[in-house]
Amino acid sequence: MTIRPRSVRRGIGFTGLALAGALTLAACGSDDNSSGDDKKSSTKAASAPGAEAPKGDCGTGKLAAAGSSAQKNAMDEWIKAYQAKCSGATIDYASSGSGTGRQSFFDKQVTFAGSDSALKPEEVTKAAAACAPGQAINLPMVTGPIAVAYNVSGAKDLVLDAKTIAGIFSGKITKWDAAEIKALNPNAQLPGTAIQPVHRSEASGTTENFTKYLKAAAGADWTFDAAQDWKAPGGQGAKGSEGVAQIVKSTQGAITYVEQSYAENAGLSIAAINTGASAPVKLTPEAAGKAVEAAKIAGTGNDLKLSVDYATKAEGAYPIILVTYEIVCEKGTAADKLPLMKSFLTYTSSVEGQKVLAGIGYAPLPTTVADKVRAAVAGLS
Amino acid sequence: MSTTTPTAPADPERKAPPAKQRTKVRLGDRIFSGAARGAGISLLVIMAAIAIFLVVKATDALSENNGSFLTDQGWDPNAAKPAFGVVTLVFGTVVSATIAMIIAVPVAVGVALFITHYAPRRIAQTLGYIVDLLAAVPSVVYGLWGYIFLAPKLLGLHSWLADYLGWIPIFDKEQAGVTARTLFTVGIVLAIMILPIIAAVTREVFLQVPRAHEEAALALGATRWEMIRVAVLPYGKPGIISASMLGLGRAVGETIAVAMVLSPSFEVSVHILDPGNNTIAANIANQFGESGDIGRGALIASGLVLFIMTLLVNGAARVVINRRKAFSGANS
Repeated sequence: MTIRPRSVRRGIGFTGLALAGALTLAACGSDDNSSGDDKKSSTKAASAPGAEAPKGDCGTGKLAAAGSSAQKNAMDEWIKAYQAKCSGATIDYASSGSGTGRQSFFDKQVTFAGSDSALKPEEVTKAAAACAPGQAINLPMVTGPIAVAYNVSGAKDLVLDAKTIAGIFSGKITKWDAAEIKALNPNAQLPGTAIQPVHRSEASGTTENFTKYLKAAAGADWTFDAAQDWKAPGGQGAKGSEGVAQIVKSTQGAITYVEQSYAENAGLSIAAINTGASAPVKLTPEAAGKAVEAAKIAGTGNDLKLSVDYATKAEGAYPIILVTYEIVCEKGTAADKLPLMKSFLTYTSSVEGQKVLAGIGYAPLPTTVADKVRAAVAGLS
Repeated sequence: MSTTTPTAPADPERKAPPAKQRTKVRLGDRIFSGAARGAGISLLVIMAAIAIFLVVKATDALSENNGSFLTDQGWDPNAAKPAFGVVTLVFGTVVSATIAMIIAVPVAVGVALFITHYAPRRIAQTLGYIVDLLAAVPSVVYGLWGYIFLAPKLLGLHSWLADYLGWIPIFDKEQAGVTARTLFTVGIVLAIMILPIIAAVTREVFLQVPRAHEEAALALGATRWEMIRVAVLPYGKPGIISASMLGLGRAVGETIAVAMVLSPSFEVSVHILDPGNNTIAANIANQFGESGDIGRGALIASGLVLFIMTLLVNGAARVVINRRKAFSGANS
């Protein structure tokens, strides 16, 4: 009995030491990052700029959110940074898929939902019922470019246009040295290997946005519906972004559409897109941001549903983008959740919050859209 | 008896005749029987509640269906005009499970026979452990292994089968050399997954074969194989069937491994060496996250179809086992 208290005390000592160590390390981390900002941010580095970010008031309590898995990485970073700053807050984002997220929102199980598409007309009434007496609004929060990624030995930096991409994914163009591809890449060494298009096997917002692009920019060559499920025949399906990236990585001649971060992690080449602008557009966060900027706001009032012009020919705008929303109640959020949600969304839409995105494969919202999002968030009640 | 009386004063009561014991129900007994009955009843109530919930959800979606649920090839429950059918899913489920059974059952019976009747005892034990270990591998690991490692290696086998057996329609490969993420590969992965279950159960059954039966067969001059054929296999048959049903249950219900390995489509294709087809469970995994209300109901309806299929197969197996029961004495 006499030994025990001593060992407990020693345990406390160790914990204290570990805590102090962790604090010192955290401090080092943020120092490092502010000095080397241009460094490609790993997950650890990306959390650091956030740690100094939310200057506004902190919310407290617990907040549940669910939805789009395309937002998952962004949400993870934001939540980590927000909770580091606001110690009294716990935010859970379940990346269960947009449909499930919206359903949970209608059922009032979550305070806001992440979604790859804005509320459909038939869902608006359901959402309004969950927000009574208010309305639900769509806030664009996370946008990202979708890469057309391929694995062809010897062919880096290919240029493709919508018509060719439609031909490839619908099975009309079957060889890498086809005339259509050669015409766009006169200097490239193209092998005669067969093209193996890979698509997502499960329903996904990425597929929906990619097929919307094909339909808008190459309507004559893409006769299939733009939907969450892949409608074109042929090719092979793989599950999840990591699944398609893995298949392309291991298959010579394969091509797919996938979020930029997955393409880069798998070491795949990413095609530049010939949109009809003076030069082919390479995939960068800025180029994707320009396409978001070119989008029109289709919602009314604080509903910031965007209508993206996928066929844009604007200089330097990368047209294949994924716009995801947070679906929130404009009025009618439970009073005990409102301060925390408002504070969190204020952070995510802030300059600092959006800056986190570029390092992890997303594109920050352009200022014009971001300002409107901030105003809408400020108006939540 | 005389030695116990001084130490245990409560003995006379304990020695009371059985008739008296029945009349006196102790409090503990009453509590226990109440708890057990309550558990049993609540189980039934929960099951009924789940069934009612599923049926209601499914009928909601089915009433919105613009296609034929049983014959439509396609799955579009989230569209403005929902249309979906299970025929592709049922076909894929049946075919992949059949392939798995064709491969797994003979191998599993062979493994069980080897462990029980051929292998030296020490090897048999180790082998038994290893087979049991296979059952402990999570299915997502089989899925990863299947699509990253196994499928590329099987492309050669696919081409070979298509070249030499291509005149049989099911082995006809229309998309030559594309990918081996096919129903055939799914069948092989499933076979590996259900093998340990079937092998473990069959092994236990074979160990139950009465020594007298085996020795009688040997005494009549049977070789070891003949002894197995006349004594072990007939005795073990109901056990093999039960074990196969357990395996089949896992094969038709396997979700994530199939979803990862198979490159699905929504057209029924008899060419098992081409990518395509889909299974009920894998489709649920693929669609659930992005499903709206009707989509979810449609998936639940497809799940009920799977439930009915499993019930039918298990019922058929029961019939076969019961017919054999009198003969073998197992299962009694």
